[in-house]
Amino acid sequence: MEFKKITCIVCPNGCKLTITEKNEELLVEGNKCKRGIEFGINEIKNPLRSIASTVNTIYKEMPRLPVRTDGLIPKSKIFNVMREISKVVITNHVDINEVIIENVLNTGVNIISTSSLVEILKEEYPNGG
Amino acid sequence: MKDNKFHFDVIVIGGGPAGLAAALASNEKGAKTLIVEREERLGGILKQCIHDGFGLITFNKTLSGPEYADRYIRKIKEKNISIYTSTFVSKVEKIGKRFILTLINSKEDVFQVNSKALVLANGCRERTARQVFINGDRPAGIYSAGTAQYLTNMMGYLPCKNCVILGSGDIGLIMARRLTLEGAKVIGVYEMKSTPSGLSRNIMQCLEDYNIPLHLSHTVTRVIGDSKVSAVETCRVDENMKLIDGTEEIIKCDGLILSVGLIPENEVAENLNIEIDPSTKGPKVDHNFRTSVNGVFSCGNSLHVNDLVDYVSESGKYAGEQAATYEVDSYRRLVDIIFDKKEFLYVVPQSIDLNSIDKDITIYFRSKDVIEDVKVEFYLGDKVVFMKKYNIIKPPEMEKIILNLKSFSVSNIDNLNLVMSKIKEGV
Repeated sequence: MEFKKITCIVCPNGCKLTITEKNEELLVEGNKCKRGIEFGINEIKNPLRSIASTVNTIYKEMPRLPVRTDGLIPKSKIFNVMREISKVVITNHVDINEVIIENVLNTGVNIISTSSLVEILKEEYPNGG
Repeated sequence: MKDNKFHFDVIVIGGGPAGLAAALASNEKGAKTLIVEREERLGGILKQCIHDGFGLITFNKTLSGPEYADRYIRKIKEKNISIYTSTFVSKVEKIGKRFILTLINSKEDVFQVNSKALVLANGCRERTARQVFINGDRPAGIYSAGTAQYLTNMMGYLPCKNCVILGSGDIGLIMARRLTLEGAKVIGVYEMKSTPSGLSRNIMQCLEDYNIPLHLSHTVTRVIGDSKVSAVETCRVDENMKLIDGTEEIIKCDGLILSVGLIPENEVAENLNIEIDPSTKGPKVDHNFRTSVNGVFSCGNSLHVNDLVDYVSESGKYAGEQAATYEVDSYRRLVDIIFDKKEFLYVVPQSIDLNSIDKDITIYFRSKDVIEDVKVEFYLGDKVVFMKKYNIIKPPEMEKIILNLKSFSVSNIDNLNLVMSKIKEGV
């Protein structure tokens, strides 16, 4: 029987999970919600993470466009995905949540924009009354 | 009215998450609303918080900072809300029942706007190296975590390649991961206290995931370097946070990042002589977010430093609604919430207006220490009207309770108490 203590990262509660292996089955304890079970089991079998970064753009108003994964990728692939993200240069008016890299490294996960160059380059606020 | 363009019901100072929520709520209540923002774009600090984890409570979804802000900004633009960006507030006065704000921007030069109510949503600032008594040289390469975040995420500059982080606040932890992802080496995070300041999940996903060591009960005492940081001196501290002689260590690095706490920004509040709570460093408010000056409301991180943006928006929304609907001549019956400073770091609001208890009352608090198996009780006079049990309470994780006093008679009440007590084992 093996114990593993981890902190759940699904939400800010940060439950302290204890994962035990019993008859080849994983038992998660300490979770306040269901999501903790899935997280705990994945943490033993195949840890997954989301990542956020930025990509280069040609626009001086916004030299970096923020991006993130739209799902979870294997923890072991984080730096490989970062390398793919660092190759990108944005040369068009990208809106928020547009796909920047489709199915990055065959993970089934896309890299999407998390800010809108369209809005920022429009730069119009209804000034005054 | 001839100066209609400058005449408002509610002026919101600050266009970050608190200000955006306040302006939307104020507009919703039919008030003519203006947002004054000193930066070029709305969104406040969320613009540079590209990591995810925002909005779990508000949107039941984990978003990045810019996405969270975008949801509010889009709504703001759909409404008839006035916005001045790249605009500074240089003076705030209360003349009669109205607030006169002197603003400066490059388009209109110096001009004045006025309103019936004011919402302070100025956010907070980072504590600097000088505020934490770091000695030694003053070379380049010392950054606050927020500045490092701005340079990395907004400008695309890596501020250092081999750095030490002082303080385990959330922004420091987030930056430890961010710099690591961008190819820098984070030698270690040093925290003076014996427990981390940031959320547990950030210790896990920002440090443990990347094998970044966390040195508790350690601090940085000296910076070494001519033009650029070349090393820092660290030292252990005892339980009273006193330096332990002989435990000094020189660590070679090219940058020092400080994540040593945030302080509410209240220059405008001070101008209006608003009463400040020394424990939150924000204005004292009642449960309607009204400050000691009639017509001035405070919310978000300028009220007290929150750990989740959801709470910032929540207080902004409520403050905005109240600013839009409050009656200038209404009489408040304020009773302070009494608590023990040995148990609580702070409690917000500082008082309850017993003349307006028709709605639920939200109370936010932080415990003084990490404490297990406790209950928190709220006393209305000598009667317990609320009780909640906690397995664990930690200072970095703000707690929130909701009181419903509608059904109680409060006419004879002159004291309110928030009490924390240990639940006896086996009971």
